[in-house]
Amino acid sequence: MNDTVANKEAKTPAKRVGAAVWYLLLPLLILAVWEFVCHTGIFQSYTMPAPEAVIRAAVDGIRDGSLAKHIGASFLRVLEGFLIAAVCALALGVVTGLSKKAECFFELVIQILKPIPPIAWIPLAILWFGIGEPSKLFIIYLGAFFPILLNTVSGIHNLDGKYLELARVYEVDKLRLVTKIILPGALPEILTGIRVGLGNAWVCVVAAEMIAATRGIGYMLSNGRSLSRPDQVILGMLLIGIVGKIMDDILKFISKKIVKWA
Amino acid sequence: MTHTAVSLRGVSKQFDDLSVLSDISLEVPEGEFLSVIGVSGCGKSTLLRIIGGLEQQTAGEVLVDGVAVKKPTRNTGFVFQDHRLLPWLTVEANIKLGLDKKTPNQDEIVQQNLELVGLQEFLGSYPRQLSGGMAQRVAIARALANRPKILLLDEPFGALDAMTRIHMQQALREIWEKEKITMILITHDIEEAVYLGERVVVLSSRPGHIKKIVDIPHVCHVIRTGTEFSETRDKIYREFFRDENVALDYNI
Repeated sequence: MNDTVANKEAKTPAKRVGAAVWYLLLPLLILAVWEFVCHTGIFQSYTMPAPEAVIRAAVDGIRDGSLAKHIGASFLRVLEGFLIAAVCALALGVVTGLSKKAECFFELVIQILKPIPPIAWIPLAILWFGIGEPSKLFIIYLGAFFPILLNTVSGIHNLDGKYLELARVYEVDKLRLVTKIILPGALPEILTGIRVGLGNAWVCVVAAEMIAATRGIGYMLSNGRSLSRPDQVILGMLLIGIVGKIMDDILKFISKKIVKWA
Repeated sequence: MTHTAVSLRGVSKQFDDLSVLSDISLEVPEGEFLSVIGVSGCGKSTLLRIIGGLEQQTAGEVLVDGVAVKKPTRNTGFVFQDHRLLPWLTVEANIKLGLDKKTPNQDEIVQQNLELVGLQEFLGSYPRQLSGGMAQRVAIARALANRPKILLLDEPFGALDAMTRIHMQQALREIWEKEKITMILITHDIEEAVYLGERVVVLSSRPGHIKKIVDIPHVCHVIRTGTEFSETRDKIYREFFRDENVALDYNI
């Protein structure tokens, strides 16, 4: 949101700097308050480390390569689970979006499974797949699947009836109706679903890794807790947020490039 | 004897309890330009949609080229009030979407029809790059590309500004003179109806039925500023506003 405001107002260099300052003001304020509070000695450093401790943890992590290892491991898991989910959800979404019969067939199961949070599946996933890689992929898969599925279906259903009427008037065949009218029309909503799905997948990977893993950001968190290293825990949390935002920004950028007409 | 392009026999349309059209009978000879005029809500668009096969009449018979209309076909071109171009397709792809997949020489057809509406340079443009008038021209080109026997126009210029509208009316008139396609135009603009139509059908308000059919003298299609034009226009005007020649009373 903020960066679009910054873009719009970016006319003169002075305004651009002003917008950037405004954009960064709140994070800097939070940092200042954090720093101040830590130096007053209200908290013990083993419960609430100062910002510089977190920065030190980051520098150490970069130096010994453990940070890259953890981020890379989580990212790869997300990518894998997300891609499988995206393919399945798109396929099922297109079928249920286009066919009333298919929708009726799948609807009840989808409606009941949808409200179950992916995290609630963790116990069952461990029973089924053990504590290895497959159970984590399964949780990520569930996190990404439903947003993509539901947005695909609703994108297809929300297509302006005017275009369907147009297709009738010109006797557009089924194949072209789907590929040239329905799918492009649903594309903006499908892309929103993909963005939400990827965000969910990222949330799920951390949850899955906190249960049982030897690498990944979720592991970083649970490991930091067992070692009483709050600096490592906070660093991990910040990384989750930062990587999540970057991924969303990239998808937002791609969506804008694809959906030029909106 | 000229061939009949469209023939309506006792056509009525009912939406639940609401009677929209009542007992419309009309013959449109091949190659005629017919205007249909009426106040909003009189069912004139419904009439056009029935001829186009987008809706079914409750009673009566609708024949296009001697065949009862059951569903829309490419032989009947339809131009909507909005241009209805797909925003994600280029002008070229939009026109091609309206063609039968098996049609040969599609590139040539697109080119010819864009030339007809004067937009040959906009082949690769997207709808958002066109003005409202240009987009509507593309919509007309798309309708003509199928070489339809009749062209149905549902208030096609209603959303355009006054100047553009006059240009579009002239362009449509030229196309009609060149292509000699039967055209039925729905409008609520009396001048438009008179300028374009060889005959003007005046519909009464709900339920719509034919109140009057006015033959338009040829000169009205050439000069839209002359006395003949204004007299014809006034004649139709009085069909709608008979008692309101006197200054209006304002009750405050």
